[in-house]
Amino acid sequence: MSASFSATPRIVVAGNPNAGKTSIFNLLTGLNLKVGNYPGVTVDRHSGMVNLSGGQVFIEDLPGTYSLSARSAEEEIAMSSLAGHPPYVMPDLVLLVIDGTQLARNLYLVLQVLELGIPCVCAISMVDQVELAGDSLDIEAMSAALGVTVVPTAARTGQGLEQLKVALSEALKERRRPPVPPGLPPSGGELEHSLERIGDQVPDDWHHGDARRRAALARWALLSLDPTDELSGLPDSLRTTVNEERDRLESTGEDADLMLIGPRYAWIDEHVGEFLHSKPAAPTQRSWSERFDRVLLHPLLGLPIFLIVMATLFQSLFAWADPMIGGVEGIFGQFATFVREHMQEGYFREFVTEGLIAGVGAVVVFLPQILLLFLFLGVLESSGYMARVAWLMDRLMRSMGLTGRAFVPMLSGYACAIPAIMATRTMERKRDRLKTMLVVPLMTCSARLPVYTLIIATLFPTDAWFGLSTASLLMVGMYLFGTVIALLAAAVLSRTVLSGPAVPLVLELPAYRRPEPIRIIQEAWLKGRAFLSEAGTIILVSTIVLWVLLSFPQRDSMPNESPAEAHAIQLESSYAGQIGHFIEPTLEPLGFEWRIAVGLIGAFAAREVFISTLGIVHGVGDEADEESTSLRQRLRDAKRTDGTPLYTPLVGLSLLVFFALACQCLSTLAVVRRETATWRWPAFLLAYMTVLSWVASAVVYQTGLALGFT
Amino acid sequence: MPPLQDLRPGESATLTEVHGQRSFRRRLLELGLVPGTKVRLLRHSRVHHLVEVEARGSRLSLRTSEAERLMVSVPKA
Repeated sequence: MSASFSATPRIVVAGNPNAGKTSIFNLLTGLNLKVGNYPGVTVDRHSGMVNLSGGQVFIEDLPGTYSLSARSAEEEIAMSSLAGHPPYVMPDLVLLVIDGTQLARNLYLVLQVLELGIPCVCAISMVDQVELAGDSLDIEAMSAALGVTVVPTAARTGQGLEQLKVALSEALKERRRPPVPPGLPPSGGELEHSLERIGDQVPDDWHHGDARRRAALARWALLSLDPTDELSGLPDSLRTTVNEERDRLESTGEDADLMLIGPRYAWIDEHVGEFLHSKPAAPTQRSWSERFDRVLLHPLLGLPIFLIVMATLFQSLFAWADPMIGGVEGIFGQFATFVREHMQEGYFREFVTEGLIAGVGAVVVFLPQILLLFLFLGVLESSGYMARVAWLMDRLMRSMGLTGRAFVPMLSGYACAIPAIMATRTMERKRDRLKTMLVVPLMTCSARLPVYTLIIATLFPTDAWFGLSTASLLMVGMYLFGTVIALLAAAVLSRTVLSGPAVPLVLELPAYRRPEPIRIIQEAWLKGRAFLSEAGTIILVSTIVLWVLLSFPQRDSMPNESPAEAHAIQLESSYAGQIGHFIEPTLEPLGFEWRIAVGLIGAFAAREVFISTLGIVHGVGDEADEESTSLRQRLRDAKRTDGTPLYTPLVGLSLLVFFALACQCLSTLAVVRRETATWRWPAFLLAYMTVLSWVASAVVYQTGLALGFT
Repeated sequence: MPPLQDLRPGESATLTEVHGQRSFRRRLLELGLVPGTKVRLLRHSRVHHLVEVEARGSRLSLRTSEAERLMVSVPKA
């Protein structure tokens, strides 16, 4: 039989978080991942094509979810896609991935999805681990009990892949609705009346006249909706009815939630023993994880171990990223030289070399560090350690009004705030998510590093304390400063603009697993790409705008000037120089004058542009970078109009504090605008960070002056 | 009946009552913490204010302030 599919069918892959969904998706699609958007929301849509015997099939990897009662933005997507709530289209087939090592809990979602009556195939993941633990699965018993095909798979070895493809192909040809699953609430009684009334309010375009589907969606609505659910796109009449019915059930003493959930688990508990034959006493992976956790979650050792892990991580990050950054800078520098030699002199050549090439270079130069940090964090995530980090940090984070979960996006903030803000999508409550987004930009991101390096190397002594140089102590201090201020800002936000009751925490600690290199590389690349596309355009455009501001109006150089001097004088009279003079009075309390102000204008687009702008202002030329000795010397020699040095250690400290706290990143504002779908929050972010940085720098500078420093 | 966190690490018991804020309670139930379930306390960290329980092979951590409202009955030795 070689019947082929009529139109290109669509399969969605669903399953619990950490169930091995993405690994199976990758196996099926051969890593041909396409990232798109879901209608109206900012959750990434991961899709690909898979070749089955009947032809090509479109396949989509849904966000992981424990149940269909959605809490986070991602879970809501999973539910709406499975149920085909408009604007989502019903899938032709659901591939449910079941973690073989967590069978009972995974079966809960399976029962819930089967109720919807969509054709379905189940893949059990990680059967190699199950066998390793000495257990055995009875696939036939499970298949018979659920009424759908069940395929055992192991992504690590590729076991079951061909069998899974055959099963998917067959299921797409048959399009058979699975039988109504067991575990439904007992019929009769008040609950049934309520469900009928709710069923009447389920919109027609959700169930298309299908009574079974309507009943399933009525149960879903009763379980999921409440006045605080944050779900969108639901008809008011359905909401009202659900709330009325729940109140009614409560007044008659019925526990609706337990009556809907209890029977599913009762069935699972009764039958799971038929599907999984455990051989106790074998050393399971689970008990290995527990042994690890005795050390890693130790009340006293846990945190120091985490700090050592982070220190090692950053140490190798800097060591490995440096040569790559040098390489990228070298390539762009040579390219600019090449273009300069082969183009006619004039504005256009200047525009290409100093605007375009420098602009693209300014973006790409961050990629090595960002990719490396995401690779490291990916290893921590896929090994299962990140969940432990959330565990260790929860108490501290809660005292700041956040949850332990928010700490993981904050760690990503050390690389770049953009992917870190996107990583908050898994958070359950909008208020928590917003809080995290608003403090992540205070974490020391890659773009602050070159600025810190320049300031510290130029203005602070090089003596060492106990083998640690002042420079590295200051650098560590800046990281700590950013982190502490981010936590304090969260605490202030949760007591003021974003106050509300604390959200309870339920944290699953998955078994430790060997990280999957391909998954980690893929994830790091997706995040790096998010940085390139989000930040890239904005940094490029603003570098060009900045070039225009710095280059015009043009003036003719005098014969007795050196080219660098001519450049510096030209700059003072340029638009940027004029703006610098104009805003100088507002920056005086911070110890800055117009040349620093010009640098800060440049830094507003992207922080590291500060360095090349200072290079121009101080007549070293725009080739200067943070390692440039001539720039450092020029900065040390620079004088104010009264003849005193412009850059003193005190001014340096004030600058460091300013860069740590100021929101000098247009891309961050753009991403916050997109994720919150309003200008209100990016405006708030910009306002509070600007005020914070100004006040903090002014306090540092004025206190320093009062103490007799200059 | 004692609350969950009164168990000793490693001790097993049967969950008898689950209370708490509605959406939180629903999540616990959906994760398998339904009354009648056998649970085992894995750890109770007084430093971190967290308890970790194992139920049906999955490991869930809750804050002690919320675990207080989960009641268990300990089988008599």
